[in-house]
Amino acid sequence: MVTGDERRPPSRAAIYAVLDRVKDPEVPVLSVVELGIVRDVEIAGDAVTVVVTPTYSGCPAMQVIEDDIVAALDGAGIPGARVRTVFTPAWTTDWIPETAREKLRAYGIAPPGHSGVHAPVQLRRAEKVRCPFCGSTDTSLRSEFSSTACKAMHFCNACTQPFEEFKAI
Amino acid sequence: MLEYLLRLADDRLVLGHRLSEWCGHGPILEEDIALANIALDLVGQANLLLGRAAAVENAGRDADALAFLRDSREYRNALIVELPKGDFGFTIVRQFLFSTYALHQWDALASSKDADLAGIAAKAVKESRYHVRHSAEWLVRLGDGTDESHGRAQDALDELWRFTGELFLTDALEQELAAQGLAVDSSTLGAPWRRDVEDVIARATLRLPAEVYMQRGGRDGVHTEHLGIMLAEMQVLPRTDRGAQW
Repeated sequence: MVTGDERRPPSRAAIYAVLDRVKDPEVPVLSVVELGIVRDVEIAGDAVTVVVTPTYSGCPAMQVIEDDIVAALDGAGIPGARVRTVFTPAWTTDWIPETAREKLRAYGIAPPGHSGVHAPVQLRRAEKVRCPFCGSTDTSLRSEFSSTACKAMHFCNACTQPFEEFKAI
Repeated sequence: MLEYLLRLADDRLVLGHRLSEWCGHGPILEEDIALANIALDLVGQANLLLGRAAAVENAGRDADALAFLRDSREYRNALIVELPKGDFGFTIVRQFLFSTYALHQWDALASSKDADLAGIAAKAVKESRYHVRHSAEWLVRLGDGTDESHGRAQDALDELWRFTGELFLTDALEQELAAQGLAVDSSTLGAPWRRDVEDVIARATLRLPAEVYMQRGGRDGVHTEHLGIMLAEMQVLPRTDRGAQW
């Protein structure tokens, strides 16, 4: 039994362990930590604030993600956590680590390339995206936009399978 | 700053709503999804900008109140974004003209001394790059396509051209904010916009419209008849049932 006086603030490691179990509702193989949505965790006494940054300006999953973070921490005995949103630095897929990219590929979503945000806008994409199912690069872009804002739609000519790509931004 | 933020926000909110009118009506499924995605980006950007505007105003109004409880005379968007969506060619030409403008505008605003605005811009500029590429690719495909698609794209370009001048008008308010490093002087965006637009129009085998009298008024709240009708539809629910959540 832990009383208020004896309760110690949760450690950063414990909070991050909980957050790593909170998945993106649209990409349920990646956690909000792997996606780079969680930018920081602030602990002041008993008060925990999770600092997040949105992926896309209009991403409708962000509210769900914030609710999921609060609920997950509450379920792990860390009640009353707050979520604070920051916009700087702007989210980029370059933050997604290699291990998480492999999870995307195994899930059937081609992982993002490098964002190249400072290059001029090209009318046509130069690089072919590798099919996550058969590994072929004989693929064609169907649309820069897909089931969510963060994905593009491709078609694999080798295995005749449509697939999605987590697009670089 | 409030006035300036409303100009930025209203351009995106109104165009985002116009694009959303394609949802379920796109010419092909992929394009239906693409237009809805771009609409989502624009409405998302507007939401962030209106949130910042509400904070600057600090008068008890939130982003929803600014979006749903202002009349057309209080809207500060440029006229080009409020015109009805027209056919697919019209929508694509407008999207290309606006997205190219927005890309240069966001790029400059990413170094605004208003840290919140700079953060919103740094995120939005990346989304705008996709909007420019998507609409430019379509414009080339339509212009360099069949006689029918070429003709419709050219008609849209000729119709829309007289609404482009307003995007690059500046005024004392904007110049004052630009001098403080908060805003960008819209007149400086004209040259890079023109260069990009001319390049894609040439690739699309389309003809650059002749110089015409440029329409204006949106920044002062003097709109076409179309905006009020659009807002009536957009705002009917929150105005009918105040505080409704959906």
